[in-house]
Amino acid sequence: MSTVTRPPGERSRAAAPGPATPRGGGGGGLGGRIFNGFSHLFLVVWAVMVIYPLLWVVMSAFKSDAEVIRQPLSLIPEKLNWDNFSRAWVDGHLGSFFGNTLLVLVGSVGLTMLLGSMAAYVLARYEFPGNRAIYYLFLSGLTLPIYLAAVPLFKGVYNMGVVFPLLGPNSHLMLILVYVAWSLSFTVFFMHSFFRTLPNAVAEAALVDGASHSRLFFSVMLPMARPGLISIGIFNVLGQWNQWYLPTLLMQSVSGEPKNQVIAQGLIELSVNQGYRSDWSGLFAGVTMAMLPVLVVYIAFQRQVQSGLTAGVGK
Amino acid sequence: MRHGVARFVSGFLFLPVALYLLYVVWPFAQAAGYSLTNWGGYSDRQEFVGLDNYVRLFSDELIRKAFWHNVFFLVTVPLFTIALALFLAFLLNVGGREDRAGVRGVFGSGFYRVVFFFPQVLSLVVIAVMWQQIYRGDGQGLINGLLMRIGLVDEENPVAFTADPEPFLGVPAVLWWLLFIAVWSGAGFYMVLFSAAMQSIPKDIYEAALLDGAGRVHTFFKITLPLLRDTVSVAWVYLGFIALDMYALVFVMTPSQGGPDHASEIFASVLNFTAFQKGQFGYACAMGVALAIFTILLAALQLRITRRERIEY
Repeated sequence: MSTVTRPPGERSRAAAPGPATPRGGGGGGLGGRIFNGFSHLFLVVWAVMVIYPLLWVVMSAFKSDAEVIRQPLSLIPEKLNWDNFSRAWVDGHLGSFFGNTLLVLVGSVGLTMLLGSMAAYVLARYEFPGNRAIYYLFLSGLTLPIYLAAVPLFKGVYNMGVVFPLLGPNSHLMLILVYVAWSLSFTVFFMHSFFRTLPNAVAEAALVDGASHSRLFFSVMLPMARPGLISIGIFNVLGQWNQWYLPTLLMQSVSGEPKNQVIAQGLIELSVNQGYRSDWSGLFAGVTMAMLPVLVVYIAFQRQVQSGLTAGVGK
Repeated sequence: MRHGVARFVSGFLFLPVALYLLYVVWPFAQAAGYSLTNWGGYSDRQEFVGLDNYVRLFSDELIRKAFWHNVFFLVTVPLFTIALALFLAFLLNVGGREDRAGVRGVFGSGFYRVVFFFPQVLSLVVIAVMWQQIYRGDGQGLINGLLMRIGLVDEENPVAFTADPEPFLGVPAVLWWLLFIAVWSGAGFYMVLFSAAMQSIPKDIYEAALLDGAGRVHTFFKITLPLLRDTVSVAWVYLGFIALDMYALVFVMTPSQGGPDHASEIFASVLNFTAFQKGQFGYACAMGVALAIFTILLAALQLRITRRERIEY
């Protein structure tokens, strides 16, 4: 599948890939123009279907509650009610949930990348008994559904918490370690194929020059694997930011405990609670806050994000 | 020297393997063990019951329902997503005006490529909460509001969306509405994937076809599609896993997380309800093991069917 790892923008920028002029057959001037018009129409319709709901959510976040009920469809709020955001941020605890998510992600993505590439490197470039077995052990995690592990994982973390509260439920450290463990399968799989392609000559030269194996890894091989690291990094950031099942399973706080939940849980809570409090504008503000930062980052780095994510599937 | 290598290898592998064993492999293994017991999860009482839980699965009405709903998503999510994504990629790459240089990508294709990808970077929960508001069962919902404005829907009788258990084509309406969201959020991503693959097909293949007098649509079905086979089959496997993941939508969007009246129940929702509400951990683990076996068989089957000789170019 090497074809899809090419950054998608690379050629499309120069317009005109695809087939040359179809003469005869279905081509021709008028047919071509009708086809062209139809393509535009359909593409515009789909673009509207993607953008319109997002825009509606963002705009509704600025309306007052009364306006959300009275004029649910309008895209231009009467005035900008910034207090919706502060309400969701403070009363809906989204602010602290954001902090929790960032804290967990910094730890979990960093650790996933480090441990994942260490394991992948050793498995890809050193021969030792059990190499294949460990590799396939990691690989098998890709096919098994997470729901199968839910019950024992919940129990295990709960029991661990009795002895070491830091590794028990509702702890950031525990969530970081669980995220890392569940991300390792794909990270090892992806980086394994990457390390395999790196040239041997450089590694041998470094060893002859007296570098130790770990020094060879950290100062030569890891920098050479940079493109792969960026792809899998983007993949893991988005994947772990999107996690909702593991947190809902493992991060329930008993009353009196600090609220350590992540943003996805905050949104679910907000969407359940607005049912009784009917704070619609606050809900829209919450969704907007969870949505916009990612979208902005995506638009800024769209080429890297697209190629990073599609490379993830293509391998 | 050899000794040093062994120390290095085990040093690098120790932490990742330990974490993986502790949080992934061990729970899986335990699940298989618990599935043979009648453990309730909250007490110490735990008796070995052999394969009783598995036998019970086959006569469980709810599980049977959930199974067919899973199969529905497994077929429809990849089918509709891939069809739409292929269509969009086709329009983007060959939909444009013709001139001496050949058929161009459609005007603004860069913009579409960016926009269609938007849902992919949003989290499932954000998408679910957003669509919950769009699908609202009164005039405050985006779709119902629009339909009422233009008079297509009566204010007394709005579209119920995810609260609608009535069957459409033999499948509860709520499942179709959830399917729509899955396709909406997945199409852009696969369009980008297919688009990249289409661009890597060399032009001379097309030129040869055109000399033979093939039209645009014809070339698509006879040349582009067969050459994309590899990419499409990978996408199919991948979307199969996503279809098993529909739980996020069911969890956030449907009444009592699988309702109304169990119309949107899927494996994962039944499993979670059985374990954490009904407190039947042993039985829930048996469901998990069954789901895992089902998944693995399916992945193997899909890889088998879609495997074919590669065309090198």
